[in-house]
Amino acid sequence: MTLPLASISRTDWISLAYIVTIVCFILALRFLSDPARARLGNSIGAFGMAVAIVATFFQPHLKNIASILIVMAVAAPIGAYAARAVKMTAMPQMVALFNGVGGGAAALISLADFHEAIAKSGAERLSLSSSIAVVLSAMIGSISFMGSLVAFAKLQELIGGRPITYPGQSVGNAALVAVLGGLGIAIIAGYEHLWALVVIILGSLAFGALFVLPIGGADMPVVIALLNAFTGVATALTGFVLHQNVLIVSGMLVGASGTLLTLMMARAMGRSVANVLFGAFGTLQVTAAEVEAAGGAVRPTTPEDVAVMLAYGQRVVIVPGYGLAVAQAQHAVRELATELEKKGVDVKYAIHPVAGRMPGHMNVLLAEANVPYDQLKEMDEINPAFDQTDVALVIGANDVTNPAARNDASSPIYGMPILNVDHAHNVVVLKRSMNPGFAGIDNPLFVDPKTVMLFGDAKASVEKLVAAVKQV
Amino acid sequence: MSVSFLIELTVLILAAFLGVEVISKVPTLLHTPLMSGTNAIHGIVIVGAIIVAGIPGQPIWLRIVTLAAVALATGNVVGGFVVTDRMLEMFKRRKPEPPAEADKPQ
Repeated sequence: MTLPLASISRTDWISLAYIVTIVCFILALRFLSDPARARLGNSIGAFGMAVAIVATFFQPHLKNIASILIVMAVAAPIGAYAARAVKMTAMPQMVALFNGVGGGAAALISLADFHEAIAKSGAERLSLSSSIAVVLSAMIGSISFMGSLVAFAKLQELIGGRPITYPGQSVGNAALVAVLGGLGIAIIAGYEHLWALVVIILGSLAFGALFVLPIGGADMPVVIALLNAFTGVATALTGFVLHQNVLIVSGMLVGASGTLLTLMMARAMGRSVANVLFGAFGTLQVTAAEVEAAGGAVRPTTPEDVAVMLAYGQRVVIVPGYGLAVAQAQHAVRELATELEKKGVDVKYAIHPVAGRMPGHMNVLLAEANVPYDQLKEMDEINPAFDQTDVALVIGANDVTNPAARNDASSPIYGMPILNVDHAHNVVVLKRSMNPGFAGIDNPLFVDPKTVMLFGDAKASVEKLVAAVKQV
Repeated sequence: MSVSFLIELTVLILAAFLGVEVISKVPTLLHTPLMSGTNAIHGIVIVGAIIVAGIPGQPIWLRIVTLAAVALATGNVVGGFVVTDRMLEMFKRRKPEPPAEADKPQ
């Protein structure tokens, strides 16, 4: 028996195209988890997306195609330009931004659909399941939008990275949640007025901001991963409203994998997700004067002294941190390592799971500078080796080397796994100034008697070191 | 509850389990690119944006809202995939590098 093609309707063809998209996305996620095939995975995902977009334009009753295409033609190059122009160091906040706009789109879709549904009458009005989906996608999409914008602003340092708290915070948040929940239930119960959903969207935007503001900049990667999962869920919910399986499946794939990724990142930082979200790093602040009183002063040094120390050492471990990334010093660091290797020094890089601003971020930056992959050592591998290390060269890393995480139960980062830099025979810290790190916590490593400090821009300092090592 | 809703709910639950399964073994190295990749994939919300923007007879304010949704979703899709590709490009380029490195002039 042959299947007459004519029996396949136009909507069937569209649904089949969407199935192709779903398969592409699943393969994309699978391949993205494997270093050798990750880039291929991303391309497969992009292909699946293109199939879905083209198929959607064949949806029956679709109007305004010209204006939709014009908007896409304007928005696409802006997105591509932003993604191309951004520096590797600014990648995390860019991901936050692209995530936020997706959440915003989901919220706007729910608003449009709600307007459409309440204008109709009888059986075409919102079903219970659709009204739940409308309310939830409006809420979650808005929270993700505003939360991502605040995360962007924090990482871009438009607003301070320190936790922002205010009196009555938890009471205020609880009241806001109660109002939003009440309005949501009213809509689901049949109070179908547009203003109620608009208020939900505005209130959720406010909640998104209030939710992220108290979280310290160092925890932003976990927050972005979580908001990424949120946008996935909001997308899946719009699928319930529009009865599109492709949205339900793709959105939920992201919702689930994003949640798992959030847990993995939090684990890498040695903190629980609940701790990240609600345990705003205490406002405990130790001033420089108190540190001096407690354990002596820092010892500044010169590039020449450090060069001698490095060149006559046998084992040097470089500990790169976000300061290296900001100063774009990765190429200079590689040059320094090459010079040292010429002198017979064994050079390794110690990569903390959250070095940089996101897990894996530092690997990307060093790979960009062509640092051989086998020199990059993960925390568990390198930590036992610090005892035999002559010099640990800490470049713009702070919180991930803070021994207080191991020793001081009163420290806000107590329990976070750190690189045991203080076990090395000598420690050289390259730092711009004595400001505390991104998490806003002082570091006893800097006043350790084994530690010397080389102040200045990381790139300039490393270049001076390269020149000085060549002279030795 | 309608049959179609129950089917959609089934699909949602299965997708949730699949999402966890499919990335269960990812090295730390790839956390950031993977997050960025999943970020691009939820750009599929563009399908919903196009559908609502294509509803005829909307008032002006709603036309603006739906076209704004299309613009935001387009940014999510294009930016998401391009950023991910740029990150992964870094890993790719290293492969032919080691042999060439030895005779590279310093």
